[in-house]
Amino acid sequence: MIATAQTPELERVTARARELLRQGCDGVLGLRKRWGHVGPCVFTREDELETLVLEPRYPVATVLRQILEAARGSKLGVVARGCDVRAIKELVIHNLSLPVGERAIGPYSFVAIPVTCGAEQAAECNCEKPVYELTRCTGCWECVEACPEDALKVRSACPIVLPNEFDRGLASRRAIYCPYPQAVPRWHVRDAEHCLALSGKMECKGCANICKAEAVMPEDAPREEDIDVGAVVLAPGFEEFMSRLEYDYGFSRYPDVVSSMEFERILSASGPCAGHVRRPSDGEEPRKIAFLQCVGSRDIACRNRYCSSVCCMYAIKEAVIAKEHCRDLDVTVFFMDIRAFGKEFDRYYERAKTEYGVRFARARVSDVNAADGRLRVRYSPAEGSVAADDFDMVVLSSGLEPPARIRQLVRTLGVRVEANGFVWTDPARPLETSRRGVYVAGAASGPKDIPETVTQASAAAGRAGQLLAGARHTLTKEPEFPPERDVSGEEPRIGVFVCHCGINIGGVVDVPAVAVHVRGLPYVAHTEDNLYTCSQDTQDHIRDMIAKHRLNRVVVASCSPRTHEPLFQETLRRAGLNPHLFEMANIRDQCSWIHMHQPEEATLKARCLVHMAVAKVAMVEPLAAALLDVTPSALVVGGGLAGMTAALATAGQGYKVTLVERRRRLGGNLDRVRYTFDEPDVRAYRDRLIAQVRGHPGIAVLTGTELDNVEGFVGSFESTLKTGARRTKVAHGALILATGGSESRPDEYRCMDDSRVVTQLELETMLAGKSSSAGARAPRSVVMIQCVGSREEGHMYCSRVCCSTAVKNALRIRETWPEAQVYVLYRDMRTYGFSEDHYQAARDRGVLFVGYEPEARPVVTNGRGLKVTVREPLLQRELVLRPDLVVLSARIDPSPDNARLAQMVKVPLTQDGFFLEAHAKLRPVEFATEGVFVAGLAHGPKNMAETIAQAEAAAAKACTIISKDKYRAEATIAALNEELCDGCGICVPVCEYNALEVIDRPGGKEGEKIVRLNEAMCKGCGGCVAACPSGAMEQKGFKNEQMLAMIRAALAE
Amino acid sequence: MTEEFRPRILVFCCNWCSYAGADLAGIGRYQIDPHFRVVRTMCSARVDPEWIMEAFRLGADGVMVAGCHPGDCHYIGGNYRTRRRIALLRSLLSQFGLDPERLHLEWISAGEAEKFASSVNGFIRRVGALGPSPYRETAARTDGVAAEEAAHA
Repeated sequence: MIATAQTPELERVTARARELLRQGCDGVLGLRKRWGHVGPCVFTREDELETLVLEPRYPVATVLRQILEAARGSKLGVVARGCDVRAIKELVIHNLSLPVGERAIGPYSFVAIPVTCGAEQAAECNCEKPVYELTRCTGCWECVEACPEDALKVRSACPIVLPNEFDRGLASRRAIYCPYPQAVPRWHVRDAEHCLALSGKMECKGCANICKAEAVMPEDAPREEDIDVGAVVLAPGFEEFMSRLEYDYGFSRYPDVVSSMEFERILSASGPCAGHVRRPSDGEEPRKIAFLQCVGSRDIACRNRYCSSVCCMYAIKEAVIAKEHCRDLDVTVFFMDIRAFGKEFDRYYERAKTEYGVRFARARVSDVNAADGRLRVRYSPAEGSVAADDFDMVVLSSGLEPPARIRQLVRTLGVRVEANGFVWTDPARPLETSRRGVYVAGAASGPKDIPETVTQASAAAGRAGQLLAGARHTLTKEPEFPPERDVSGEEPRIGVFVCHCGINIGGVVDVPAVAVHVRGLPYVAHTEDNLYTCSQDTQDHIRDMIAKHRLNRVVVASCSPRTHEPLFQETLRRAGLNPHLFEMANIRDQCSWIHMHQPEEATLKARCLVHMAVAKVAMVEPLAAALLDVTPSALVVGGGLAGMTAALATAGQGYKVTLVERRRRLGGNLDRVRYTFDEPDVRAYRDRLIAQVRGHPGIAVLTGTELDNVEGFVGSFESTLKTGARRTKVAHGALILATGGSESRPDEYRCMDDSRVVTQLELETMLAGKSSSAGARAPRSVVMIQCVGSREEGHMYCSRVCCSTAVKNALRIRETWPEAQVYVLYRDMRTYGFSEDHYQAARDRGVLFVGYEPEARPVVTNGRGLKVTVREPLLQRELVLRPDLVVLSARIDPSPDNARLAQMVKVPLTQDGFFLEAHAKLRPVEFATEGVFVAGLAHGPKNMAETIAQAEAAAAKACTIISKDKYRAEATIAALNEELCDGCGICVPVCEYNALEVIDRPGGKEGEKIVRLNEAMCKGCGGCVAACPSGAMEQKGFKNEQMLAMIRAALAE
Repeated sequence: MTEEFRPRILVFCCNWCSYAGADLAGIGRYQIDPHFRVVRTMCSARVDPEWIMEAFRLGADGVMVAGCHPGDCHYIGGNYRTRRRIALLRSLLSQFGLDPERLHLEWISAGEAEKFASSVNGFIRRVGALGPSPYRETAARTDGVAAEEAAHA
């Protein structure tokens, strides 16, 4: 009927179709009418077009798919009207989303011939003009939910299906999507490149039509905004190396050859396989997996000479997790060197071998090919030999590369990049780019792992903080709230707001019925249901209702308190109520969404959940977070590189610093390191640093001084310092531990009394300042032995810097004594990151690297001449060397003082004696004890650039505390009923934060005890409450009576 | 077990891991047996043994406590205490005529939606097989009292 009403339209479409056929289209897909029936047809001849009709809503999509499959690569014209649009959408889908396992996404070749609909048709198709803004998106997900006109089984309002980048293409997403399930806010975004409307391919309003919050902006477009800033921090991250090798280990040919990132998603509980290890080709559980290391790293063929630093560890982690998923899984890691150089990494590596049975094979893989339905990996385990093994899956441990977008970014900002395209930094200033005021953090300046990235992020923020110290707080706007109404003495008057969340809750749960049901509960003064309780309008409305009904408690039944509690709490504050007079019932995420097909049960459950919230909220009380005084200064313990850097960074932000050094002079290990690749004269660098510290008006330096005692807590510590016999007190808001470490004196090779056996630092002193000479005293042969005292029982850690140091000194020897032959006996060369270049340079310059196994360590004997015997594992041959000099790469030891300090400050140590941070990955410079930070060798072995970054990070973290006037403690913390407490102290060891201690009861009898709770240190876990045998301990906001009321309500419904 | 038996089950979830995992189960639209109610605490270590006993006294057919995986506790080591407490409580349950299987501890991370769904479904199934709690009848009698108390509170 429409077709006949739009004859001019039909004429236009036919003309366009004809034109396309003339231009070389293989055909035009449309509908034709024959024998009274309308059906799909590919018109290939112009004369056929006479039968073309425009009939809306005909399901041609499946036909299109078949056509396209049969005639791949053909170019088609497609007649597409507004409401018949799914046909073309399906076509696009077909081209963009290939089944898992098919990676190649070819360009799709079709030309749309748009058909305009009349107003009548538009109305019928629900094409009303929508309005909208992103900030109104409530994350209700309706826009990606089922299409009401499900004729074609298009399951979403958005017809476009794309590979989900977050799942590395192993799952799909729509063109309107939430980038990953954990995103907060859970806003949906539109992919401008693929969205039919935004990319201008054709009109589509699928998402806009379905969004009840009118949040979809059909005419959204990129726009430019000017923002005035004082500093810029670059953190664009890295990109995974995607094989561009001619030889790519089958990555582009076999679906079961996956990259490490893909495998990471396969393992993830929230990933496309829900945590079940499945191979992409057939979804079967693999029985045998191979990891190939150094794909896209340490490889000149792919132009990446550097080591990506993180692949060894993530491969070990993925191997272990895979083994945890399937116990019988056989995992082999093919590697050159295992570079487990980070803190506690070697222990993990050892466990992977011994506990989990992951097999590590030192071998170079030559290729991967399909063989009998499996993947055959060919490799050479030893010189000249070739072996092969079959696997179900191959994981490529792909390296890190600078992101492609970085090129444009650095051009715009005018900052330098280094040879590989990473942002250039000076190792002495690892956060600074070549342009003042522009800082960089993370993998953008070179491969690094999570702890280092997080450290750098804090440090970069600190650098920006130093630059902008003068402007601090000048642009801060404090939100203003009306004074809090005193509700004490009032009978509870509860307002209950039940949310439909569009159809998310309302489509399953009978929301009005829930609202009616709770009206009968005690103290409920007002109930209502809202389409979107979280919308801005409803917030204003809730405020009005609080005033109108004199509500003093509020319950919102909607989604999760984890995402939405702060929003509603702010509404309460705006209404003059304490934000803790509030409770949420999670009837969406934990009810309607998980019981979608049981509306009656879901309604009963929602009723019960709201009842529980009402029961609790009736008993809650206003809570206030304690505001505690802050002393705006820091104490730094340790006057080495880390301590001095931290002191300068803190003082640079404008705060007073006391720097304490046990020795007579500042400098620490900088006294012994003489040169690095980047700093030819470390002593000069040290002297400049000392001069800066000494010359800074904000830093008080106390040498020959020890930390004797620490009292107090975050924001207000008081420490006792001991200089000789004199004790002084200093008040400070934060404490930074930078107590350093030192090169150990090895006793393994019992010849340390022989002057021909030295450590790397001793060698450095010998070499420093020496010019090239071939004098009589020059050694002709030098043997370096790596891992002396490291990576062995009792010291199961890598000292991290020794491989690079050995390479550095080997190169220096080749310069100083060109005649000298240098051998480096190693277990794994761990020249990570850009140090790999130096390792390669050393090999190029004739330094010989000889591997050894820990079971067959080199033997040094010192008779008349030195003799070193080592068993070379590749050739399985004994090698006898007769050097003039043996250099031991000795372990780095933590400061022996750490144990005393740890006890004093109540922070933990690792079993190796280094300080143990609060979280290895996410809180690398903090402790569970707030206000105390760690940097440098005190935390673990690291090089100078890493030490500087960590010291800057510790300082930045310290400044987040001392820059505030008041420290805000948690509100829902423990509370002690002093009358009930008998000081038994059972709660004390339960507290992880040292917030509890047993003291003499003030004013009590002799021997009478009581527990003292430090509110500033309590984090509000409530562990002590459950432990208290006398019911003296309570948790504010989670009181026993409140929780029991909830439990009773839950079981009463 | 009869068709009519609708177990009443409480699931205590810690705010940081398992409650987030439960939310993620919703986001992932995992379909779960509706016969459970979640109570949120900040840490699983806050779950007072008294609450669990009260729940059983009131006729709960099962109680599940879910926390962060060992080593992942937001409060460092709270879940280790939970583990000990639940082990102890389980050993006590039989003295009250309750099958220890009615009390279950599970580690569920914020990313483990599937694990939340499967462990809750599994627990409800197991409790269903055990049948109604022997305390249901006495609870029904005291229920009236509790409701009266609530009305007069």
